[in-house]
Amino acid sequence: MHTSTVHAITTPLESATARLLRAGDVVRITGHILAARDAAHKRLVACLHAKEPLPVDLHGQVIYYVGPSPARPGRVIGAAGPTTAGRMDPYTPQLLAEGLSGMIGKGMRSAAVVEAIKQYGVPYFAAVGGAGALLGEAITSYTVLAWPELGTEALADMTVVDFPAIVAIDVLGNDIYTMGRKAYQGVKS
Amino acid sequence: MRELNAADITQAIASLVQTANTNLPQDMCAALARARAQEVSPVGKDVLKQLEANAHLAARESIPLCQDTGMAVVFADIGQDVHIVGGAFEEAVNKGVRKGYCEGYLRKSCVKDPLFARENTLDNTPAILHVRIVPGETCVFRIAPKGAGSENKSVLRMLVPADGIEGVRKTVLEAVEAAGANSCPPMVVGVGIGGNMEYACLLAKRAAARDLCSENADPRYRALEQELLMAINQTGIGPAGLGGVTTAFAVHIEWAPTHIAQLPVAVNINCHAARHAEIRL
Repeated sequence: MHTSTVHAITTPLESATARLLRAGDVVRITGHILAARDAAHKRLVACLHAKEPLPVDLHGQVIYYVGPSPARPGRVIGAAGPTTAGRMDPYTPQLLAEGLSGMIGKGMRSAAVVEAIKQYGVPYFAAVGGAGALLGEAITSYTVLAWPELGTEALADMTVVDFPAIVAIDVLGNDIYTMGRKAYQGVKS
Repeated sequence: MRELNAADITQAIASLVQTANTNLPQDMCAALARARAQEVSPVGKDVLKQLEANAHLAARESIPLCQDTGMAVVFADIGQDVHIVGGAFEEAVNKGVRKGYCEGYLRKSCVKDPLFARENTLDNTPAILHVRIVPGETCVFRIAPKGAGSENKSVLRMLVPADGIEGVRKTVLEAVEAAGANSCPPMVVGVGIGGNMEYACLLAKRAAARDLCSENADPRYRALEQELLMAINQTGIGPAGLGGVTTAFAVHIEWAPTHIAQLPVAVNINCHAARHAEIRL
């Protein structure tokens, strides 16, 4: 398994850049990203169904599945690690069709999402689940864009600098979770 | 009869929820360091390095280890010679949860009604409270905040006696395989065997909240814990599920007498942020 490549990538994420990334590649993401999880996804897709305008244009955007803890005074944000991406699966293909260009979360995705990843050429990145304090350090701004009543689940804009992640599913559908598990199955420590 | 003021319970709980969410227990920190030395996957090593850095940063800056600061699970062992004065017991616990989560900048992840409005209670109450009345005049409170990523991968199987040890093995391994990356490995696997439906689940929860270095008193169960741990660490799941030999730090089994026709098995997985803190009052 090749894991040596480190890509510094910036948002908005260009399709040409996305297509170069391979499962297992380490990335450092810099730029603006969106924060949205369960409740915001439900509302985004409800807007699409009702043919109402979305609160934000999704073209070129990278969405981070995160519900941060509150910021202590003098800080931008609290702990801000990824939440389980699989819960967003029912909404994901519709958002990719709307122009979304990347996703950051943790954990496995459904077969339908992997198909959509291949169809639209949109990679899925994994950040380390539970490293919330550390990942919060890579976030330099946090601004709620819509639905403040959702609290931690509000749709927000974040600025990230060298946010550490790994390509979990690339645009060819290669999946680090399956590849990684296979590589070490039966190996004793 | 010793008197214990409800306000002291509130203060203790408020302090415990903050400690538990920002300070990874020492035995977990040591396990992360050991695992980093032993892990053969370079990606896995890097994940473990990030988790160690995360634990140091969280403790130093009083930031939660994980943004999912969980529902507040409270195990209370109340000495029967203690008289709680100055307020209702459950209210005192919930006041403590409210105070700790609000003053400690912890995330409020509790919704009032699970199905319809799903409106946030805004203070992370109510706590999930498990009370036992025990001999003596001491009260022990153990807090184990539990996030949803790992909790959602819990399993209950109502096995029958003929399923035996093999049935238990299969149940635990299937639960771990299904949890995979989603429960943020390296994990601590809590297994409850026996009792009935709800009691097996409670046993699994108590097992998952045990100290990492704690040892099963029964050598047969201790051997089964070791055997399951070895099997889990050969699944290849690895740190963060990205592949490797460190999938779990421990398997803890708690057991209880059961019905002649039953062999309930529950699995409750704790993520690497296996948070807990305890106080005696």
